[in-house]
Amino acid sequence: MIVMKNVYKKYPNGVVASNGIHVEIEKGEFVYVVGPSGAGKSTFIKMMYREEVPTSGLIYFNNTELTKMQRKDVPYLRRQIGVVFQDFKLLPKLTVYENIAYALEVIEESPSVIRQKVTEVLKLVGLTKKTRMFPNELSGGEQQRVSIARSIVNQPKLVIADEPTGNLDPETSWEIMKIFERINARGTTIIMATHNKDIVDNQPHRVIQIEGGLITRDENEGEYSNEI
Amino acid sequence: MKSRTVRRHIRESFKSLSRNGWMTFASVSAVTVTLLLIGVFIVIMMNLNQLADNIENDVEIKVVAEPGASKEEVQELLKEVKETSGVAEVQYSSRKQELEHMIQSFGDELALYKQDNPLGDALYVKADDPKNTASIANEIATYPNTFDVEYGEGKVEKLFKVLKIGRNIGLGLIVALLFTAMFLISNTIRLTIVARRTEIDIMKLVGATDSFVRIPFMLEGVWLGMFGAILPMTLMTIFYSKLYSFWEGRLQNQLFHLLDPNPFLLQLNFLLLFVAVFIGVWGSFMSVRKFLKS
Repeated sequence: MIVMKNVYKKYPNGVVASNGIHVEIEKGEFVYVVGPSGAGKSTFIKMMYREEVPTSGLIYFNNTELTKMQRKDVPYLRRQIGVVFQDFKLLPKLTVYENIAYALEVIEESPSVIRQKVTEVLKLVGLTKKTRMFPNELSGGEQQRVSIARSIVNQPKLVIADEPTGNLDPETSWEIMKIFERINARGTTIIMATHNKDIVDNQPHRVIQIEGGLITRDENEGEYSNEI
Repeated sequence: MKSRTVRRHIRESFKSLSRNGWMTFASVSAVTVTLLLIGVFIVIMMNLNQLADNIENDVEIKVVAEPGASKEEVQELLKEVKETSGVAEVQYSSRKQELEHMIQSFGDELALYKQDNPLGDALYVKADDPKNTASIANEIATYPNTFDVEYGEGKVEKLFKVLKIGRNIGLGLIVALLFTAMFLISNTIRLTIVARRTEIDIMKLVGATDSFVRIPFMLEGVWLGMFGAILPMTLMTIFYSKLYSFWEGRLQNQLFHLLDPNPFLLQLNFLLLFVAVFIGVWGSFMSVRKFLKS
């Protein structure tokens, strides 16, 4: 699904966030991306949905080469990828329902399809009773569930999560992980950057460790390293 | 674009105006204040311009015929003057009328001259374009039987120069004010859009195309401009109509007439609305563009 070949990324300030990364991620995989802060995890992830473009190297998403992609085609790539953030990135003035429906409105789905799909994902994340509430009336865990619901409502092939449990307590983090597992079980590829040792160790999946812009470890069913 | 999407954009643009209440208020106020300024300034400038036109059009050439010239000779001169190119209007005033006029102006002492009128017949000439006054006067001076040609030589040229400078300054000020308005309004709009950067980021993230992101913001710019223009347009209409009826009605001013509200107010309001909407859309467009690129 994702292939990176010799990907090098240098920011204008001279920071090298990716120093020749090679990686392949198959459809349906669940991958943790671990590593110390500033190691290049976020850049690694952002390059997948073309928020960042590498300085050199090639990135393929389902056989489409992203580095040569034109700006006008980027929205159509994003429709195949759901993104979840540590800070949720919800629109504070929209209700739970509206926040999720928003992802479908912008791709011009019909109102009936929007209703059906939003109701479906609300069930999946367990928020059917809070559809009319605003983000500030929800707990952190609930907000993250809305954010996840928004990322999957369009049935993307890939969900990318950047520290999705970073702002949550351990118990809530586990609830969120259960949702990701459920999504993965439906065949959606999940790539998750995380600092949460507990989760990585207790819910084993492939682990890619990045340090100094390089992949220093890539293990199936790996553990969180004690050196990070 | 689907008609459902167009309806959605219009609905969203209005929703967003009410959701961002204070920001909307700030932008609309910026439009209102600057448009009021522009409106007042245009009224003043356009009327000063009208005053300048009036003054210019009052400039005339006085041609005095030789006091000894016969009636036929004066008629011949009148014909020649009328046929001079650039002459718009010629009024004949006999030497008798001229003396009456002088007596009225300077007093009865001059009545002595009724016995032996030293004045010649006079022709009052107006030029098509006041700026040609001097050249026409010089040409008339060469005709036979002209005794004197007066047009305020020197003074007229100075007057025209002053009026020209005045007009240019006025035009410059209007342009400067328009730019200030554009800067002020688009900056306020930019601030309101900066505050909604997350919204744009999320739209991009979930796969909205650039135009899908841009259109609701630009529509918001249209509404901001329109709402901002309502008060200035209403105030200008009410106050200018009142000022006009006061000036023209009560003062019965002979020296200078204000511009007729019809069509002046219509033109002014149209201009204000156009400026407001244009700046609103432009401000939104430029601000969103910046975020779309980043």
